[in-house]
Amino acid sequence: MASSYDYDDGSLESRHGRPPSAGQGGASTDLGYDPNFVPDSVKTFVVHLYRHIREKNVYEIHQMYEGSFQRLSDRMFRDNPWPSVEAIAPYVDNDHVFCLLYREMWFRHVYARLSPTGRQRVESWDNYCSLFGVVLHGVVNMQLPNQWLWDMVDEFVYQFQSYCQYRAKLKNKTEEELQLLQQYDQAWNVYGVLNYLQALVEKSAITEILEREKEGLEQFTATDGYDYEGGTSNVLKMLGYYSMIGLLRVHCLLGDYHTGLKCLAAIDISQQGVYNVVIGSHISTIYHYGFANLMLRRYVEAIREFNKILLYILKYKQYHQKSPQYDQILKKNEQMYALLAICLCLCPQINLVEENVNSQLRDKYNEKMTKMLRYDDEAYAVYDELFTYACPKFITPSAPVLEEPLTNYNQDAYRLQLKLFLYEVKQQQLLSGVRSFLKLYSTISIGKLAAYMEVDEPTLRTILMTYKHKMHAVDSDGKVIPNADLDFYISEDIVHVVESKPIKHYGDYFLRQVLKFEEMISELERIKLD
Amino acid sequence: MGREQQQAAYTVEQLVAVNPYNPDILTDLENYVNEQVSSQTYSLDANLCLLRLYQFEPGRMSVPIVVRILIKALMAMPAPDFSLCLFLIPEQVQMEEQIKTLIVLSHYLETARFRQFWEEAAKNRSTLEVVPGFEQAIQAYAIHVLSLTYQKVPRPVIAEAINIEGLSLDKFLEYHVANSGWVLEKGHSRSQLMVLPRNEFNHPELKKNTVDGMPFEHVTRIFPILS
Repeated sequence: MASSYDYDDGSLESRHGRPPSAGQGGASTDLGYDPNFVPDSVKTFVVHLYRHIREKNVYEIHQMYEGSFQRLSDRMFRDNPWPSVEAIAPYVDNDHVFCLLYREMWFRHVYARLSPTGRQRVESWDNYCSLFGVVLHGVVNMQLPNQWLWDMVDEFVYQFQSYCQYRAKLKNKTEEELQLLQQYDQAWNVYGVLNYLQALVEKSAITEILEREKEGLEQFTATDGYDYEGGTSNVLKMLGYYSMIGLLRVHCLLGDYHTGLKCLAAIDISQQGVYNVVIGSHISTIYHYGFANLMLRRYVEAIREFNKILLYILKYKQYHQKSPQYDQILKKNEQMYALLAICLCLCPQINLVEENVNSQLRDKYNEKMTKMLRYDDEAYAVYDELFTYACPKFITPSAPVLEEPLTNYNQDAYRLQLKLFLYEVKQQQLLSGVRSFLKLYSTISIGKLAAYMEVDEPTLRTILMTYKHKMHAVDSDGKVIPNADLDFYISEDIVHVVESKPIKHYGDYFLRQVLKFEEMISELERIKLD
Repeated sequence: MGREQQQAAYTVEQLVAVNPYNPDILTDLENYVNEQVSSQTYSLDANLCLLRLYQFEPGRMSVPIVVRILIKALMAMPAPDFSLCLFLIPEQVQMEEQIKTLIVLSHYLETARFRQFWEEAAKNRSTLEVVPGFEQAIQAYAIHVLSLTYQKVPRPVIAEAINIEGLSLDKFLEYHVANSGWVLEKGHSRSQLMVLPRNEFNHPELKKNTVDGMPFEHVTRIFPILS
């Protein structure tokens, strides 16, 4: 059920769904706790983590990163930040890289549980610059868990998006905050963000690695990107890989769907790959891929991918209940159901949706989908509601104009995308009427159909051509792909309707059964009866 | 001169591929737009890159260049390039007269209202004639939509769609009969009919062949078992 569809973030929506506590995003985070006090448990934590990183014990690093860090945060740092990096540095030999990693986690914690100040946002940007700088110079030889590396890229893009929202709300800013914005105008600038992501993609040569892998010259997906034998660092490679998804995300936030999909081109999402090892990256990839395809009118492609991922989440979400990403997973799940509902109303292809996903969809959106199919004013309100709920948080990337009058323009980007989307919906307004009539006939003359639809013949011809045009999307290679389940052609002035039957993939079915039985037979042959 | 132009185009495409997030290439991209107009070429990637840079630096946006990009995008129909460009243009800029007109024209084309389109286009010659090849591109789009929809299309429908009548229309039809496999037929009430070439869109039975196809790689999976 679409819970809240209020677009405006308000105070920053916490990643864990909890309202920000501890003060009003200002100096109060410095009071009430001592940043230099290091509890014993934190001491142990950093010492052990540092050792594991040096010894490349990826499994232990992962346990500490996912488990211990969350537990300590829950127990001791619900309302306060972790100890400052200066305080813990002595315990880790003042290791420069470890301190950068620690600070990254420190800021992420502040964003998730507290409310970052303007200054903290800027400092976090500096930290990312240093961290990525180190990685790009190739001086890193650690192996880190993929979860952590994904979180870094994900958080980087998230903080960028958050900063753009923050920076665009000028009305109630204090003098101090405005000063900060002016002074640190390079922080989170869009060129920097895009160029870091691009640099990671290029320096890691990840596209070449993926190409070589297709020809069998490289092991990447098989080892999830790790190097178990050689022990070379996976950090640059994986950051490069995840940055492709990061670029897709940033381009969607800017409204450039075409380029976003191009950035993802090296990853073949019809196959298993490293992108679906970490569930967060899997969901983020498909969500943005599906959304971009929706805006490009490639409805069938969007429906297919949403269907796959929603089925996956349905089956496997129980295994992630304890994970800190669980709330995010659920949120994205709901959003994708909303997007799927929209796609199916613009392009009824219900046979592409798997049974269980379909029943979930009906549970949540049956009433709304009926409304959307009516194409009256109420329908637009529902399209508006669902789009607003499910769309990415679009941003205005340009620097703020810090002169009077100060306004809040953080919703401008979203309003534009919504307007253009509804414009497209409006253009498809009459198609639903045509569809319902065509379903009833195998042939009908233009004159008769025009009479039933209460339009004149020339208008009907344009409606029929519109149907054809809208239901045939053009993909990135310029090929025309049909999207409709119901098709027709006109011969002079008779419309001939052709309904495509749901395709039974006999070949596919037989293949799978053959493989399954073969497996069973070999299992049985292995069992020795005494 | 031609060689130089070719080299310049090569470098701009390279820039867009290798270093797109860079305000210094803005002028190069603007020049490239003008080049696309004069040499009747088109590059969606370069134009999107420029629109993005305009987004990043709204002070440097040039409305005439945006207008040219949008006209070029219209000419690329049925591809959704026009919408893709609009997604990147701020609302205030979309209020400019010329751009509002182009949005109306796009609306007519998207909803196959060709008669209204050509009427409106005639009223805005000054905007549209900056880009050579506009008329032909739209006519090609119109033919595309007709080919999706019709097996046999009456002559008046074609005439309205491509905005050609009388002798010029005769010549146009003759050309396509000779080169594109069109066939002239007589419909009932002695009207002229054009029979358009068969494709999978106006002959849905042609589509069915690909339906139960399977990618070869999947079949290779059972080769070890078969042997």
